[in-house]
Amino acid sequence: MSGRAFDAVTLVPGAASGSVLLLDEPLSFWGGLDSATGTVIDRLHPQLGVSVAGRVLMMPGGRGSSSGSATLAEALRLGNGPAAILMLERDAIVVVGAMVAAELYGLACPVVLAKGQDWEALAAAASLTLEAGPNGAAISADL
Amino acid sequence: MALDLSTFDRELIGGVHGAGATFAMRLLVRFAEAVDARSFIDIEAAHVDGCLYHGRASLDFAERMIDLGGKVRVPTTLNVGSVDLIHPELFRGTKEHAENGARLMRAHLELGCAPTFTCAPYQTAWRPRFGAQIAWGESNAIAFANSVIGARTNRYGDFIDLCCAMTGRAPAYGLHLTENRAARALVEIASIPDDWDLERLAVAVGHTIGRRCGGLIPAIVGLPPGMSEDDLKALGAAAASSGAVALFHVVGVTPEAPDLETACGGLTPELLLQLTAEDLHEAARSLSSVADGARLSAVSLGTPHFSVAEFARLMPLLDGARPLIDIFVNCSRATLDEVRKRGWEEPLRAARVTLVADTCVYVSALIKPGAGAVMTNSGKCAYYAPGNLGVEVAYGSLAECVASARAGKVARL
Repeated sequence: MSGRAFDAVTLVPGAASGSVLLLDEPLSFWGGLDSATGTVIDRLHPQLGVSVAGRVLMMPGGRGSSSGSATLAEALRLGNGPAAILMLERDAIVVVGAMVAAELYGLACPVVLAKGQDWEALAAAASLTLEAGPNGAAISADL
Repeated sequence: MALDLSTFDRELIGGVHGAGATFAMRLLVRFAEAVDARSFIDIEAAHVDGCLYHGRASLDFAERMIDLGGKVRVPTTLNVGSVDLIHPELFRGTKEHAENGARLMRAHLELGCAPTFTCAPYQTAWRPRFGAQIAWGESNAIAFANSVIGARTNRYGDFIDLCCAMTGRAPAYGLHLTENRAARALVEIASIPDDWDLERLAVAVGHTIGRRCGGLIPAIVGLPPGMSEDDLKALGAAAASSGAVALFHVVGVTPEAPDLETACGGLTPELLLQLTAEDLHEAARSLSSVADGARLSAVSLGTPHFSVAEFARLMPLLDGARPLIDIFVNCSRATLDEVRKRGWEEPLRAARVTLVADTCVYVSALIKPGAGAVMTNSGKCAYYAPGNLGVEVAYGSLAECVASARAGKVARL
């Protein structure tokens, strides 16, 4: 197995690893993610029916209702949330949902801001391992 | 860039003002970093939409705040809950959902929030003043506060509105700052369908700008004079449902738009949108998923919550034959008190009107599943009801809704 390392900005700290799920389009967690199953339920989303549970979710940006934070926190509480979230733009809804799950349940779902130039290489990885600390995040990719 | 924290912010984080405030402020700091704010400002009021039950996490969050001894630091109103605490018998969902929903509403009262339970807090005694810095949740209330009142809030939601209330602080970004409040889209109403009332026009314009202005703040010109607060409420609610509109200007009407130049902050708009009578017809049509003449199971009014002025318009429309189907009217408990004082409750009941307080039929299981569509005069309700309630919808003016209730099917005037 070959590996490659990337650095990123920590939005929510934590350590996690998992297989990569790249969203083809932005997803509103509220109305778009079923917290009881972890699957995409937005009928207009190209990845309808796909599960985010345990995956390293790559979503360039967020979208939609501010009620998305509670949906993400609830999915994480039930063990149906992503292992980690990689973004290209800061998104407060995602950050708050992950923070609340960490504070209430001690469940770490690190959220990090990757560099645009690394995005393709990260998306091509089979799996990613993240270490997101207060001074920055390290991502290692298994290709 | 790092956050510039005040002495008070540091005290909040350090526990000087209690463990609840510390918990809230730590979350707010993360949020501020995520939206790239540089500092915090004082807020004078908050409106919290976290008392609608979405699952265990929202209840755990409120109860954690209580366990930590938290209390809100500024006057805080509450949005609709999942159940009508005044008429609990109306609820048709599961017992567990009803219990958790009521528990979540009461948890917010323990934190010191006021029991308004309304999506129209601007109709209450807590209405903010022009220029007030506030932290509000609930999309229609945000649009109304910013646009019609000229108070200043971003689109706060889930958890963060309560954190602002618990600390009296909000990140200094977005619509809190003067430079971000100027219009960037110019919406010109070029022509209006014949015989349209202002109510229908407001919904059609709102629905269209929500869909077509993206993240740009619109300035609207060409609306006829005489738009009431209820019309502007309907416009904002529709725009905040079909899109993410948090602030709109109506030139010559809303307080930050005495003229076009002021509304645009002296800049040239990036987007020019001309709406014709045909566009507006199409917008109104797109809000109905059933054809005229389709069978109805119920009519729903008051999304956002019905005002006293709207009840005053409804009363004379109800004179005549008794409707064949139920009419639900959602309102705040304060408005319900006023309706009772004016002696309207009995005539409403006689006309098959069910008054719903504290909640709203489109977020709560209140309507008995029937073999027909639901008709509403609300762009917001028409937009969300198919997804939330799994029903077909018809949109029409208030008078058409009443006429349709009498006919038991979608009637046009």
